[in-house]
Amino acid sequence: MSTLIAERHPSDSLFRADRLPHIWCPGCGIGPAMHAFAQAMVESGIPLARHVCVSGIGCTGRVPGYLNMDSYHTTHGRAIPFATAVALVKPELQVTVYSGDGDLFAIGGNHFIHAARRNVDLNVICINNFNYGMTGGQVGPTTPMGARATTAPFGNYEQPFNLPHLAAATGAVFVARWTSLHLRQLKQAMLRAMKKRGFTFIEVLAPCPVGFGRPNDIGDAMEEMTLYRERCVVDPGAPLESLGIDLREKDHPITLGNFVDIERPVFDPLAMMRPAPENNAVGKRQEGQ
Amino acid sequence: MKGEPAVLTGQHFLLGDHACAEGALAAGCRFFGGYPITPSTEVAELLARRLPEVGGLFVQMEDELASMAAIVGASVAGARAMTATSGPGFSLMMENLGLAVMMEVPCVVINVQRGGPSTGLPTLVGQADVMQARWGSHGDYAIVAYSPASPQECFDLTVKAFNTADRFRIPVLVMADEVVAHMMERVTIPPAEAIPRVERKRPAHGPEGNGFLPFKPDDDLIPPMVHAGEGYRVHFTGLTHDERGYPALTAPAHDRLVRRLVDKVRLRESEIVEYEEYCLEDARVVIIAYGSTARSARRAVGLAREQGIAAGLLRPITLWPFPEERVKKLAERVRAFVVPELNLGQISREVERFTSLPVLGVNHAGGAMMPPEPILEAIREVAG
Repeated sequence: MSTLIAERHPSDSLFRADRLPHIWCPGCGIGPAMHAFAQAMVESGIPLARHVCVSGIGCTGRVPGYLNMDSYHTTHGRAIPFATAVALVKPELQVTVYSGDGDLFAIGGNHFIHAARRNVDLNVICINNFNYGMTGGQVGPTTPMGARATTAPFGNYEQPFNLPHLAAATGAVFVARWTSLHLRQLKQAMLRAMKKRGFTFIEVLAPCPVGFGRPNDIGDAMEEMTLYRERCVVDPGAPLESLGIDLREKDHPITLGNFVDIERPVFDPLAMMRPAPENNAVGKRQEGQ
Repeated sequence: MKGEPAVLTGQHFLLGDHACAEGALAAGCRFFGGYPITPSTEVAELLARRLPEVGGLFVQMEDELASMAAIVGASVAGARAMTATSGPGFSLMMENLGLAVMMEVPCVVINVQRGGPSTGLPTLVGQADVMQARWGSHGDYAIVAYSPASPQECFDLTVKAFNTADRFRIPVLVMADEVVAHMMERVTIPPAEAIPRVERKRPAHGPEGNGFLPFKPDDDLIPPMVHAGEGYRVHFTGLTHDERGYPALTAPAHDRLVRRLVDKVRLRESEIVEYEEYCLEDARVVIIAYGSTARSARRAVGLAREQGIAAGLLRPITLWPFPEERVKKLAERVRAFVVPELNLGQISREVERFTSLPVLGVNHAGGAMMPPEPILEAIREVAG
């Protein structure tokens, strides 16, 4: 018999408790990152009713469904164009796309680069677990070279994306990478993203012990977390092109940090209709840490 | 430069594509997400200028997948939203057309038909997307598709499409064709207050308190719609869901949901179906034709009557739902049906479902407007 040890959790109102239990496997890294997001929403000072979360398909695509907020679980890869329109029609809303590496960078890759180029006022949070988890551990655009997957039985022979480099190159104004172990830094990065106007991107490395850890001899989630602790180095000044992840090289560090934090004009389809000093202007909201 | 008003009241000489754009503006459309594609591009070009003038948003998206996703997103945020496309773009939109059906998000898609399959005939007319309009996205659903036969109808039916979409919370299609879209004719735009407007059904109560069920339908099977940022904390998903909007992945939940999505339109078909009749009072041979082909069919009726054959025309204005009751009624007293269309037999199959009389198709795969002569020949053949 289980015993109720607490009537309620301080974060209960942030989640749809009536949807529990969630679908994620034991040891999955999505849950801690979701909790960091919920805390960031509260600490942002922006009323919950003004936060909107949009996702595509996959394990991470289920995040918005567990959050007690306006949430839209769209089609595979299309969260960004859907969210772009929500953010344009209601600019007063804080719109976050919360989805996985396959959803955002394989089937949705084109939308990502164009939204970043336009500098749409969106936060994109990508849980990168190096594989397609929901469909059972297939190779994806972030699977490290050499890693095994159900559709790469002899090891992945494709070069994966370096996501922070990609996001920065295509125009994101804020780019960070943390892991589901570095939750305080992750929450701070989320808060910074919520304060900024424009296209922000946060990559969250997360264990997928079932889909990725097991076939790659990483072991259970605790062992992947240990791997993060031992191999992650925080270096916000690291060259973006050096941020590729190679899990095969035992002494190859995994670099974390807030790598990019710049300002440039935010996407505004009515920019050219505004008086000259205002058009193409950087957002009116005051920036600051 | 001072812009023109949203409703361009007055008499104009307009391209069909431009009439669709003006219809959208008059209907209150304030978001267009699209991608250039012949022969629909003029819709986007006009709205790129006109929407910003009235404070609306024009966004040229990166492809048609994004365009369709964007108009669904714009609509859940509260805007009347539209896209316009053709052939290959329409194929790409099928994915998120299904999302709009499943999430019950009103929006309008203009499809200016050209010759297919694939790239086919980018600049030339076709009518071969008719079945794709009905069945193109996977799964079962109901759809409403209008078929304009003139620039005036491009305007009128685009306005109507927005109202039907909002009334039923569905995507609505305007299935133009290249001939109608690139034809210039007189278009009369009524005063703003005379433009019909059907509003989305909204919740009776504010977001205070618990227990609001965003997908609980009223007696008309349509749930009131809430928009992003209104405080209801709603969940919308493309997954099969229950009245809370939560995923419900069971056979009974799926059957309940899909039946409701279909029935909310099917049970109101008699209120949606529209058609025009020409010389049908004494007709023995009935032509069923739509879009630009209906214009040739009208001429064929005249030619047949000059030769003493009592021909008439039934022109479906809604391709979907199809005017099946009218066809059944006509079948009681006529001799045969002739169905000319710029495809190798799509609506003719639909006609065959509702009659045991001879149904003679007059088909061309597209690339040029249907001339009246082969229609006349078919009329003579079935008139005996």
